[in-house]
Amino acid sequence: MDLTQGTLEEKNNRAKKMMLWFGIISLIMSFAGWTSAFVVSSSRPDWLKDFQLPNAFIISSVVILLSSVSFFLAKQALKKDNRQLTTLWLFVTLILGCVFIFNQFSGFQQIIDLGYNFTGPTSNVTMSYIYLIALVHILHVVVGLICLLVVIYNHFKQKYNASKMLGFELASTFWHFIDILWVYLFLFLYFIR
Amino acid sequence: MSAHEDNHAHEAHDDHGHHHHKETFVTKYIFSQDHKMIAKQYLITGTIMGVIGVLMSMMFRMQIAWPEEPNVLFEALLGKWAPEGVMDADIYLALVTIHGTIMVFFVLTAGLSGTFSNLLIPLQIGARDMASGFLNMVSYWLFFLSSVIMVISLFVEAGPAAAGWTIYPPLSALPMAQGGSGMGMTLWLVSMAIFIASSLLGSLNYIVTVINLRTKGMSMTRLPLTIWAFFITAVIGVISFPVLLSAALLLIMDRSFGTSFFLSDIFIQGEVLHYQGGSPVLFEHLFWFLGHPEVYIVILPAMGLVSEIMASNSRKPIFGYRAMIASILAIAFLSTIVWGHHMFISGMNPFLGSVFTFTTLLIAIPSAVKAFNWITTLWKGNLQMNPAMLFSIGFVSTFITGGLTGIILGDSALDINVHDTYFVVAHFHLVMGISALYGMFAGIYHWYPKMFGRMLNKNLGYIHFWITAVCAYGVFFPMHFIGMAGLPRRYYTNSNFPLFDDLANVNVIITIFALVGGVVQIIYLYNFFSSIFYGKKAVQNPWKSTTLEWTTPVEHMHGNWPGDIPHVYRWAYDYSKPGHDVDFVPQNIPLKEGEEELQH
Repeated sequence: MDLTQGTLEEKNNRAKKMMLWFGIISLIMSFAGWTSAFVVSSSRPDWLKDFQLPNAFIISSVVILLSSVSFFLAKQALKKDNRQLTTLWLFVTLILGCVFIFNQFSGFQQIIDLGYNFTGPTSNVTMSYIYLIALVHILHVVVGLICLLVVIYNHFKQKYNASKMLGFELASTFWHFIDILWVYLFLFLYFIR
Repeated sequence: MSAHEDNHAHEAHDDHGHHHHKETFVTKYIFSQDHKMIAKQYLITGTIMGVIGVLMSMMFRMQIAWPEEPNVLFEALLGKWAPEGVMDADIYLALVTIHGTIMVFFVLTAGLSGTFSNLLIPLQIGARDMASGFLNMVSYWLFFLSSVIMVISLFVEAGPAAAGWTIYPPLSALPMAQGGSGMGMTLWLVSMAIFIASSLLGSLNYIVTVINLRTKGMSMTRLPLTIWAFFITAVIGVISFPVLLSAALLLIMDRSFGTSFFLSDIFIQGEVLHYQGGSPVLFEHLFWFLGHPEVYIVILPAMGLVSEIMASNSRKPIFGYRAMIASILAIAFLSTIVWGHHMFISGMNPFLGSVFTFTTLLIAIPSAVKAFNWITTLWKGNLQMNPAMLFSIGFVSTFITGGLTGIILGDSALDINVHDTYFVVAHFHLVMGISALYGMFAGIYHWYPKMFGRMLNKNLGYIHFWITAVCAYGVFFPMHFIGMAGLPRRYYTNSNFPLFDDLANVNVIITIFALVGGVVQIIYLYNFFSSIFYGKKAVQNPWKSTTLEWTTPVEHMHGNWPGDIPHVYRWAYDYSKPGHDVDFVPQNIPLKEGEEELQH
């Protein structure tokens, strides 16, 4: 493909999408930093080898997967110019995103109830890692939710249609990324001891 | 009208539609989204930070040469940190720390990459502006904010951060460890977090602009080497800076929330702290995963600038264009797998050390390819010895000198003996500090007419170069010897150790060179700022170069070219091509009938 061709608008749209992808690469690198630190630290004597991830984390994994599906369905509906259905699926995504965050925090509470602390003198480093990684991921979900709200606002302003949906596509790419990221983190925390 | 032309007309129309809004002072000079103005903003902010960084180095050099002697300058500049003019030991370490931070990040990363990537990427690839002018503006203002916070941290009551620019824990992780570990360190971390965000936004913009916004005909193998260097630099930045952010967040957790990622059993003033089990070596790994690529983030743009300036001023094609690109790629790849050579004395497994030694020594190959290519570009050239060319040649000189000691330090068996001595200081100052600064100066002398529409004074440039060159070697050459003799870096004074008494005179000589070299930069600053207003008016293509930026009008305009964007028909280095009347053929000149494009 010759990237020097095309109109300025095509070039700019392509550039914006690519910018998000490179941004995603940089986010992946920061999580690679934390997860590799996790692996390195797992040889410490005070490492918890037998911890169980809370049930809430399993539920939230399912929830965020479903939210990815609903965002995908919203995009399909928009492609068919079915405005009501798009609105419906966007709101389902929004609600699932909020449920995910709520679930993550109840997961934290379940860990605390088991007698572990994330921070402070009584903290355990394994749990500190889990807390930090999950919390930073929640921050990304919050950013995703803000993007989603902007998309919903623009959708109500009728700014998107089947042929013009750059902002919508960017938000959906980012949303799928934070979904896959959580699935990776969950499997990582589940299998790496 | 063919479909192709139709496309083109549409594009031109599109561009003009955007730029017809009225500009106010604020949108033109302050919150500008124009890449040329942002480049100038980066350069001037970087220059101010550079002046601060150099002043600091002059101060701590004076302390090293004349330890614990009263000095009026200290009294005036350091205030309570120099009671009766004698420099305090705490502030010495803080000065070293902030000097390193400012020079590495604020001058040679943001000042160098920010200035020239912004100025040259759209101009040399044939684009109206960056992919996102808005993010570009945000990137600059985040950089400005982080600079301001770093400067504010100098005035904190307990002193600025003093853990070294590498901020190893525990000094950086325990707020009560020393004066500078408190508020000073906090502000350092805040400033750097903002800096990383700025750098990432900038890098994303550079990458996608180079990939997507090239003009018609500008294939990747017709790009000037400057663009290749900026492009790969941005890629390294996107990959390595986030890891520093990861480390910084873990550090903040340890500092403020009592976790033990990097801390183990520690006593402070007889008091046992609760931390246990952590390891500062983990921080070193994470830090140097950024820290080593960072030195290539600093040096690669300078390499790009030097390649371009050397070809133009030798009136010859760059030697080995594809080898130059390949070596940039090889350096970028290798830079991410060598970080361990900063940690040979951290208790690293000797086998792992030998692996890092191997990967580190591999870097000598692409570096040597570049050095030989520069020398062969000069070979039998029609050399135009203007200040930009002198600084470029100076770059090659210091890069080779510093690179040779890199081979010694990259070898774990040798490094262990000179680790943390002045030998290391001499090595990295020559190979990345002075070299990158020379590259930056070369770029400024060369592209000043493009930035400000006026020429810098050539004679002042010659004086600037020669005195700087002599002083730079005068400072860093002797450091190799005192480093070999075992003098450790970062020590406040060496007068308490009889074994170093013989080295005192060498330190005085180094300091005199450092002071002269520092003061001489005033000539450059005067030249820079006075030429903005009083310099000779520049012509459109003062150096008779082939690249696209010299086809734009001297007066800056939004969108860079008044009419259509020129198309590109040849590579960037058609100097002294047989069959042409002039010794340069710009990239936008179509091939003559029967003319073949050079196989590069």
